[in-house]
Parts: sequence; C-alpha cells; structure tokens
Amino acid sequence: MVTKHLSRIYTALIFVFLYAPIVVLIIFSFNDSKSRGNWNGFTIKWYIELFKNKEILRSLYYTLIIAITSSLVSTIMGTFAAIGIYDMKGFTKKFALNLNYLPVLNPDIVTAVSFMVLFKMAKLELGIITIILAHITFCTPYVILSVLPKLKQMNKHLAEAALDLGATPFYAIRKVIIPQIMPGIVTGALLAFTLSIDDFVISFFTAGKGVSNLSIMIYSMARRGINPVINALSTLMFLTLMGLLLIIYKRSEKEEEKAIEK
Amino acid sequence: MAKVHTIDLINLSKKFGEDLVLDNMNLYIRQNEFLTLLGPSGCGKTTTLRIIGGFENPTEGKVVFEGNDITGLPPYLRQINTVFQRYALFPHLNVFENIAFGLKIKKKSNEEIKKKVTQMLELVNLAGFEKRNIESLSGGQQQRIAIARALVNEPKVLLLDEPLGALDLKLRKEMQIELKKMQQSVGITFIYVTHDQEEALTMSDTVVVMDKGKIQQIGTPIDIYNEPQNRFVAQFIGESNILDGIMEKDFKVWFLSKEFICVDKGFDKDEKVDVVIRPEDVEIVEEDKAQLMGIVKNVLFKGVHYEMEVQTNDYTWKIHSTIMKDAGSYVGLRIVPDNIHVMRKEK
Repeated sequence: MVTKHLSRIYTALIFVFLYAPIVVLIIFSFNDSKSRGNWNGFTIKWYIELFKNKEILRSLYYTLIIAITSSLVSTIMGTFAAIGIYDMKGFTKKFALNLNYLPVLNPDIVTAVSFMVLFKMAKLELGIITIILAHITFCTPYVILSVLPKLKQMNKHLAEAALDLGATPFYAIRKVIIPQIMPGIVTGALLAFTLSIDDFVISFFTAGKGVSNLSIMIYSMARRGINPVINALSTLMFLTLMGLLLIIYKRSEKEEEKAIEK
Repeated sequence: MAKVHTIDLINLSKKFGEDLVLDNMNLYIRQNEFLTLLGPSGCGKTTTLRIIGGFENPTEGKVVFEGNDITGLPPYLRQINTVFQRYALFPHLNVFENIAFGLKIKKKSNEEIKKKVTQMLELVNLAGFEKRNIESLSGGQQQRIAIARALVNEPKVLLLDEPLGALDLKLRKEMQIELKKMQQSVGITFIYVTHDQEEALTMSDTVVVMDKGKIQQIGTPIDIYNEPQNRFVAQFIGESNILDGIMEKDFKVWFLSKEFICVDKGFDKDEKVDVVIRPEDVEIVEEDKAQLMGIVKNVLFKGVHYEMEVQTNDYTWKIHSTIMKDAGSYVGLRIVPDNIHVMRKEK
C-alpha cells in the first residue's frame, strides 16, 4: 500500500516537473499585468493585442507558407523515396536506410550551420526560399520513416498484380500502391508540417534578414524585453502543436490496431 | 511448318546470387493445355512461372510466346495473366473495380466493362457480388474473384501460383473440379504450380515434375503415376515401394533374392535397377499362391482401404489392401508382372 502511494506521488511529481513551465506560461498569458511575478486578474487582452500586431501576423503567414510548402514537397519526395528504398535489396537498402537516419539524428545546430554554409557557397541569398529548402530537407527523412512501414505491411504481390493486368509501373504506383500506403503518407505529411512549425534553430540560421517565422519572432521579442504577448503566442503555438501531435498519435494507434487485427 | 507452341522455354537458367534455381530447363506448352509444374518447395516451379509472367528475368535462356521471343518484356506488355498465391486482390477497390482493373487500363467503354464483369462473375458463380468489399469475402470467394480478374482480360495463357493452397480440403476439391471446367469452357492455356501431387494428377493434361531446378519427368498424369522415370518421381508421386534390383534379361528382374516376371525390356544384362511397386499393387494372398511371405507389422484403417506394413526377409512393404489382416499375422504377397515397374538407376 505504502509503496503504491509513493509511486503515485512520484509519478505526479514528475508530471508537475515536466509540465510546470508550460502551465505557468499558459496561466500568465491570461495575467492582467506586465510583470511576470504578480497575478493581477484574468484578461485576454494579450491575445487581442497579438492579433493586432502586424509583425506577428506576418510571421504567422510566413510560418504557414513555409510549413505547407515544405510538408507538401517533402511528402511527395519522401513517398517516392520510400517506394524506391522498399524496392531495393541487400546492402543498397541498408545503406539507403542508414543514410536516411543520419539527418534525423544529426544535432539541429549542425544541420543549421551546414545549411547556412551551403547556401552561402551556392550564392543563394538567405530568405524564404532557403528556409523552405532547408525545411524540405529535414522533413523528408521523417516522411520516409512513416511511409516505409505501410509498404512493408502491404501484400508484396499487389504491385505485381497491377503490372500483370497491364498497368505501367507509374500507373501501378498511382492506382494501387499509393492508395494502400495513404495512411502512412498522411501521417508523414502531418509530421512534416508539425516539425516545420516547431523548428527554430534551422530556420534561424537560414532565414536571413527580412523573413521571420513565429519561432524566430518569439525569440527576437524575448530579446527585446518582457512582453506578455509572447506568452499568448507561445500558448497558441503549444496548443497547435499538441493538437497536431495528438492527431498523429491517434492515427498511428489506429493503424497498429488494424495491423494486429490482420 | 510445325504448329507453333503457345510457349517455349529454351535453355532457361536462373541464379539468385550463387544459387542455381533453374538449371537449363527446356519445355514447350501447347495451346489449350492444362500444364502443371509439380515439385517440392524450392524446386524452381514458382521461379519458372514468374519468368513466364515477366516478374523475373532468366539469367540465361529464352522465353518464346507464339514464336516471338518475349524474354525481358515487362509483364504489362505480355498477353499473360496471373492468379497469385494469396490472390493479391486490391483491398481498396470493391469486387467490380478489381475485375474491371485490367479493362479500364485497356480503355474499354463503360458498357463493355460492365457486361464483361457481369459475365465473369457468373462464370465464377458470384453473380451479384459487384459492390462487395474484398475484405468481407471468404477465402474461396476471393479466390474466384482473383480468377475472374485475370480471365476477364482474355489472356492467351493463365498462370496460377498454388491458387488453392490457402483453402481447406473440401473447398479445394470443389475448386479443382471448377477450375478444370473453367479451363475447358474458356479454352485457354493454364500453367499451374503446385506441390500437391493429387491436385496435379486430378486436373492436368500434362504434369511436369521438377526437383532442384531440373525437370525430372514430363507426361500425362497416368504416365507419371504408372511409369515414373526415376526414384524421385516415384517417391514424390503417390506412395511407393522402391527396391534395388538386377535386370537379368528382358522381362526378368531379380530382387529380394527372387526372380520376378515383368513387362520391361531393353536393359543391359545384369544392369542394376530400381524396382517400383505401388502399395495398392501388392496383393495379399494365401500361402500357396504367394511369391513372398511376410509378417504384418501394423495396420491402419483409412476408410477405403487398410494401410499395412508387412515385413518380408529384408524389406518392409507398404501395402494398401481392402483385406483386413491383424498385426502379427503371417501373410502371402503377390505382384502381377504388369505392376512391377523397372527404372534405370540415376547416375
């Protein structure tokens, strides 16, 4: 009995520890005071101010453009790459898979600096294009990783059956393989979208001057000084990302159940 | 000019890495033939089928279709369709869409597609199933849809890769008869792969027995059963008693230290041979008519017959008989000359 209670208290403490910063952030985004220390009553004026701030709205617009473009492109590239990798055999397959893991494991800061150096070398002016290119690159491996398991689950004769019935390889991919792996593609796209919104380090190094997305915006506002609008903006970002992650989690859970049923 | 075969396989070899899966195979398949590739797993039968379908390329040799070399031609350009193991139906499409898949690619009109799909569903006894979901169908029904999906394209040749393997025994027997009927009514060449010898004997016009990437024997089911060319075929097709013997001269073979009259000839004098005798060909008789005497070691009741093991001086016979003898009883055995089959030893 005692150990059971202890373990419960311990778990609770861990959650408090983990979530305290975010809870505080959310609470203070409703605080009617400029100072961070005192509670002066409930307000939503920071949220209203947030949506009046042109700069913030512009960076929201950039964030969405970047996230939509890069998740779209990386989903298409990742899906075809996954189909290609699935079709490989032996050493080439292992090699391609590990090559794909590397960017996932690479520290963001290293990726970010390498992008910056690469773009400088290629004489590309840093701006929205470079951010999008960088985001496409770091999102694609995640799409591949979410599409590959669906390919493995698929009956391996399905593509052959399509070819057998007269389909060209491209037609077979379009009409048979893609419908079969659609759940994986959608999960991959959501994941890419989430990662793109979530990213700060790589965006910061590849953004150049005029362009800033929300995470860069929050960073520069925080440097300028304490402003409760940051709390409101961060709260909204947190909730959006949590929502997206929840959807991804639910989807993969459903897929697993399906796989077990089979 | 001789009649052109539907398919000729010429000096076909296939290596997977270092593994030689097919070893210089030669085979022709005639129009409207029901040909079965029969053999244990790993004998190369499925590889042969996949080469004919275009899913694998041979390492060496040619595939000729109606006189034209089609080696290397991709599957979608061949007038051949396949019924896959475990069917490979498209789960995201319903029954109608599955069967119509090939017709849509050929850009047939909607009316024609509808007409043909309906006809096919009637042929496979599933009329009215158009809107059904693939996953809601039983194994047997999925099997029929897979056949319909292939046949609707009116291929010259239909390849079937162990199509009945996943069905239970009763359904399998029914489908064997149905498949044979279908083949006769649509009049196209069937190339059928199985490891089930009974299935092969029931349905085929020609059976090709394969082992270790080589053809062991080609023949009608009756030939294959009654005149196996070597030890492997005799053991693989049905049960058999195989004994070492010596061919004294034409129509005289010596085994188990006794001389028997047989119907085989054309061997060297005193050539060492394998003698094959089917279990149902050994008669149980009274002592005065017997050629051999033995003791019944055990008896199993199998419905139509009893399955016995009978020990004679140095051989344990497998015998199928309708006469019941208790274990331990002393019985006489007789084999008529027609039922003694002599084969050359393999080098």
